[in-house]
This record gives sequence, C-alpha cells and structure tokens, in this order.
Amino acid sequence: MTEAEHNEAQAQAEQAGSVAVAGQPGAAGDVAERIALASAPEVMANSLGEYTRIWLRRVRSGESGALPVIIGLIIIGAYFQISEHAFLSAGNIANLMTQAGFLITFCMAQTFPLLLGEIDLSLGFNAGIGGTVTLWMVAVHSPFPTWAAIIVGIAVCAAIAAIEGLIIVWLRIPSFVVTLAGLLGLNGVLLWLFNETGSVGLGGVIQNHNGFINALVSENMSPTLGWIVLIAAVVVTGAYMIIRDRRRRAHNLVAPPLSVTLLKIAVMAAVGLVLVLVLNHNRGVGLTVLSGVPWVVPIVLGLFVALNVLLGRSKFGRYVYAIGGNAEAARRAGINLRRIRVIAFALCGVMAGVTGILYASFLGSISNDIQGGQYVLYAVAGAVIGGVSLFGGRGRMVGALLGGFVVAVIYNGVELLGLSAAAQYIWTALVLLAAVTLDALARGSTPT
Amino acid sequence: MVTDRSGDGTRPGTGRVPSGSDLPNGSPAESGDVPLLRLRGVSKSFGPVQALTDINLDIPAGQVTALVGDNGAGKSTLIKTVAGIWQPSSGQLIWNGKPVHIHSPKDATDLGIAAVYQDLALCDNLDIVQNMLLGHEAEHFGLLDEVSMELTAKKTLQDLRVTTVRSIRQLVGSLSGGQRQAVAVAKAVMLDAKLVIMDEPTAALGVSQTELVLNLIKRLKNTGHSVLVISHNLNDVFQVADRIAVLYLGRLAAVTQAADLDRQSAVDLMTTGASTRLGNGTGAGHADAPSVGTGAEG
Repeated sequence: MTEAEHNEAQAQAEQAGSVAVAGQPGAAGDVAERIALASAPEVMANSLGEYTRIWLRRVRSGESGALPVIIGLIIIGAYFQISEHAFLSAGNIANLMTQAGFLITFCMAQTFPLLLGEIDLSLGFNAGIGGTVTLWMVAVHSPFPTWAAIIVGIAVCAAIAAIEGLIIVWLRIPSFVVTLAGLLGLNGVLLWLFNETGSVGLGGVIQNHNGFINALVSENMSPTLGWIVLIAAVVVTGAYMIIRDRRRRAHNLVAPPLSVTLLKIAVMAAVGLVLVLVLNHNRGVGLTVLSGVPWVVPIVLGLFVALNVLLGRSKFGRYVYAIGGNAEAARRAGINLRRIRVIAFALCGVMAGVTGILYASFLGSISNDIQGGQYVLYAVAGAVIGGVSLFGGRGRMVGALLGGFVVAVIYNGVELLGLSAAAQYIWTALVLLAAVTLDALARGSTPT
Repeated sequence: MVTDRSGDGTRPGTGRVPSGSDLPNGSPAESGDVPLLRLRGVSKSFGPVQALTDINLDIPAGQVTALVGDNGAGKSTLIKTVAGIWQPSSGQLIWNGKPVHIHSPKDATDLGIAAVYQDLALCDNLDIVQNMLLGHEAEHFGLLDEVSMELTAKKTLQDLRVTTVRSIRQLVGSLSGGQRQAVAVAKAVMLDAKLVIMDEPTAALGVSQTELVLNLIKRLKNTGHSVLVISHNLNDVFQVADRIAVLYLGRLAAVTQAADLDRQSAVDLMTTGASTRLGNGTGAGHADAPSVGTGAEG
C-alpha cells in the first residue's frame, strides 16, 4: 500500500467515525465497512463471508498478524522438502520438534522485555546458568530431588533477571546496557560455576543422568496418550471459545459468527491430527520401535497457553502492553510502571530457566561454552520474525512460538542439507530481514 | 464577596476602580449556588518569573468555562495548577466550598478533576475499551472480564453520544483526533470526573472533527459536568462557552458571560488586557471595567 493510499484509508476511517459519532445510523453499512479496516474481524463480522472480507481488508491495510510468518514457514518448508525428501519424514519432524522446543522458549522469554520496549541480552547465559544449576543439583554424589533441582534452577534465573530489572528501573539505565553487562558478567559466572562444581563438571561439561530431565525433550508420549492429549486440548479450547462467544452474545455484544469459531476449531484439530498421526508413526530404524509425540511438544504448548492467557487475559499482561505502547499514559492510569517492569524481567528469567533445562535435556548435558551470546540474538530474531516489535507494545506470544519455530526449521533444514554453519547464519539473517521488510512494507510508517 | 474585589481594585499597575455597576456582567450564577471550584488569589511564580498573579476565578457547576489568552498569558500554568501538576505559590483553591490542596495529579483525580490531554492519556496499541478501562480493569475469576468492561465503556460512550458500537474494539491508534479526544473524555467521565479540563481540544482538527469535539463539550455540560476549556479559537469558544475568562500576562483581564462579550472585545482583551468596547455597556468607559467583575462576586 502506498503512502497516498494509506492516507486515503485513514481519511476514510475518520470520515466513517465522525459520521457514526454524529449518530446517523443510516450510513451504518458503509461506515462499518470502513471502520472494519481498523477493527478485529472477530468483533465486526456476522457471517463467514463477511469475516473473510474484513480479514482480507485488514491484511491489505497492514494488520497481517501471523500471516507472513505462516506463509514464510510454508515457503521455507517447501524449499527444504524439495531439496531433501527426508525433511518431512516422521523422524525429521520429531527431530525438528526437539530442536524447536528450547528455541521457542528462548523467544517467549525475550518477548516480555520486547513488549515493554526493552531487551534482555543476558538471556542466553542466564539460561545456561539455570541449566547448569539444575544439572549440578541432580549430578552430585547424593542428588537433590529432581523437582527441587528444577525449581532452584528456574528461581536462580528469575532472581538474576529480576535484579537486572531492578537496576533498570531504579537507576534508570537502559536495559540494553544493563543486560549487556549481564551478558558479559553471566558468562563469567557460568565459568566460575563450573569451577565450583569440581569433579561434577570436569572438563567443562556436566552430563545428565537424571531420567526425568532427559525425558522432557528426548522421550516421547505413548501414541495413545498423544491422542488423549490432543482430544482433550481441542475439546477444552473449543468449549472455551464457544462459551466465550455465547457470553458475549448474551450481553448483546458482537461475537464472531459460529461458523468462524467452528472453522478455527477445525483447523486447530486438523493440524494437531496430522502432527500426532505423523509422530505416532514408527520412525525407528530396524527392529527398534520409536513412535509418539516428544514430551517437549505438550510442554512448550502448555507454556504457550499459560503465557498467552497471562499476556492477553490478565491485568499484568494488559499493563505490559500499555507500558510498551505509551508509558506516560500507563503512569497516568495509575499503573506502577516499576513493578510491572521488574515482574516482566523476572518472568523473562523464569522462561530462561525453563529454556536452560530444556536445552540440557536436548543435549543430554550442559557445558561451559554454551553459545549464550548467539542464542540471545536468535531469541530476538525469532520474536521479531513472529511480529513482536522492538519498540514495544506490539506482538503476541503466538509470534514468539511461530518465530522460534522458523529459526528451528532453518537450523534443522540447513543441517539436513549438509550445508555449513555459514549457510545457517546467512539463511537466518535473510529470513529475519525478509520478515521485517514485509512487516515494514505492510504497515507503511509505523516502526517495527 | 466584596473582600476579594477590594483586592482586585488595588492590584498594582492596572489602576482600576471597583465599580458596582459591573456586577451583573461577570456574575456567574446570580444565585446562592456554590461554584464547583473557586480560585482565590492564586499566584504562581517560577523563580523570578511571575506566571500567574492573583487569579480569582469561579468555575460553576454544570457550565462550560473557556479560558482564553494570547501565548504566554498563563493559561497552561493555570490549568496545571488546578490539575495538581504545579502547586500555587500563594492563594487558595476551594472545591465544592471546601479549601483543598492539590499536591499531585492523583489528588486532582480523586477530587473529580480530570485534565484530558489526548496524546498523553491514550495507548495507540490498545483498543477503545482497553484504553478507557486502563488501570480500572474488571476481573472475573482472576482474569480480565472483557464483557463487563466492554459494557461499561459502551454505556459511557452512549451517554456521551459518541457511540459507534461496532467499532468499540478499534485500536485507538487508528482513531481521528476528534475521536481520540472523545475517548479520553469518556475515560475521564467514566471515572467520575466532575470537572473536565481540556487544553486546546480542537487544535489541529479539521472542521468535522472540531464539530465532534464541540458537541462532546455540550454533551458534557448537559450531563451535569463542568468543563474548563482552553482555546485559541474564538469561534469554538463562542460556540460552546457559557463563561469566558480572559488571561493577559498572568492576570485575569476579564470574566464575563459569553453572551456579554463579542469577538472584537475578546481580541482586545487578549492582546491588550483591556477593551474599550466592553466598557461602554457599563458606562464607566474605563479600559479595565469588565475585569472588576472577575469571579469575585459569586
């Protein structure tokens, strides 16, 4: 959309608004069409056809949501599949899921500071420390209980991130600088930590012998359990959507047409069905039977749902968006900016801890040369690919989920094709640039 | 309130003479009603700079008071003093008949004074409902109760006749200037504001958008709210204001019923602090004649 068209659309929206405000319902149909440009189709449409038209108009006007990243994912996936037929094999898809898990949680962690218009550069090494603490606690001669090790690992990360958040809000130092210090400092702390582990971390590596932690990423649900989880997820989500719409209608509020809701549920069920079907297929070599959905999939999806509810349906989430959008307005609304910022950083730390443990589970060990600086940039790249704005206030958890998945697909595909590390970096860079360019072109003047 | 008038008359530099014949001119209510807000001898100085000198102004309930004046006349200082952003160097604020000290914007909000700054009050990335309820969200089992919040916002907008029901979930960033004003005002009203202060609400707005905001101001008045509006635009002022207060170099040059003032005398008052035309009516013929009525008699 060109600048002129954009302005024209805006002028039309203004026109529409003022007419409606003046209370002339006669022009309502036309007005509604124009207002639709700026409104969610969910609350505008009365039928599937209308919904589609409003949605298409929104996409054309720059509010494309998750669409570019989904299209990008399909293009990248198609390219890899054409180049190497093993890409969409059951074995590789399972492999992809285990690789994607910790990359996605990295992106989810980074989303909290990004939504505030801040950044956490220390995320990668923070995750490394969390993984190290947890593995250390279960690897010592008389190991701590697994749950205690996991909780302490996550708590250490949360505390580190919260301290960074406190420094940022109390001393009013930009988060870039504080967490840059964190990036350097935590790398040092990680090396020091390995020295302290003595014989446990000999040679800079702590091996994982804990069955539960190993199972998080490297083991699979039984095929039956996979189906049960899928059905439960679809039923609960579908019921929630339908009940929510009913409640809106009961109060005379606009709700999406039932057909749209059913379609959404159907799409969700279909994607889940294909995924479970493929992953329940025996992908073992020779006589070994290997099937089932890796545990990391329901773990990451569960975290996704929880964080999605937190950001979209809680006061805290609302305030995060408000602060990212206009901190002054949030302050005037009586929101405690410092509190929200520190909590957001602490949550970023919690997710860093989770990431560290998933990473350790994926590798079966954790070492002191973890690429913390590189992973944090992947986390930013993934979130931005998923449509999270670096300027705060814009983006959703689903963006982090999809963006992180894109990064994982590139990592997986490039490795599968036997390309060098150089190719992987360049691919990621190009996809990041393409995502940001598409986004910038779509929305015209609004910064990414 | 003869006591205050004597203060007025002895102000240095103006040399005006109190005159009883001016009383009807500036009298706000002519009844025993207590004005919603009274400013008594309010002065404000920033170091050596005297921004406001001895302001006596009544803001009656349920009326639109316009504050006009040239650049640097002290309009913004005055409303910021009322809104709690600055404290007066001397003088007193009387809210509903009781002396009050407004130390912060929060104090002002708690009293029911809402200053509406369209660009500072709204988050572009949130929709209308989210913006209006920001900081006052309703919860339902620990999660946001979107239905009740949407109903609350819808009702407030309907009361103010700014309802485009189908667009209540529109992002505020996509609204026009006038609509943004409307949302900001609706938010203030929803939070029980009794006095709504608007700083240049029609600046930078087109014709239809200006109309929207002026209608909104009238609507506020009809729903029993007091409005204090600052404007450069005399057209707008004469369209909505019941009372007009003219500031000139930090002093109140005149407070009159809008009907008693014409454009030319308003311009004279704004640019010179005096108007010969107004004086004619009172028979005094003195340049400062109307200012004697400065809110002092209410």
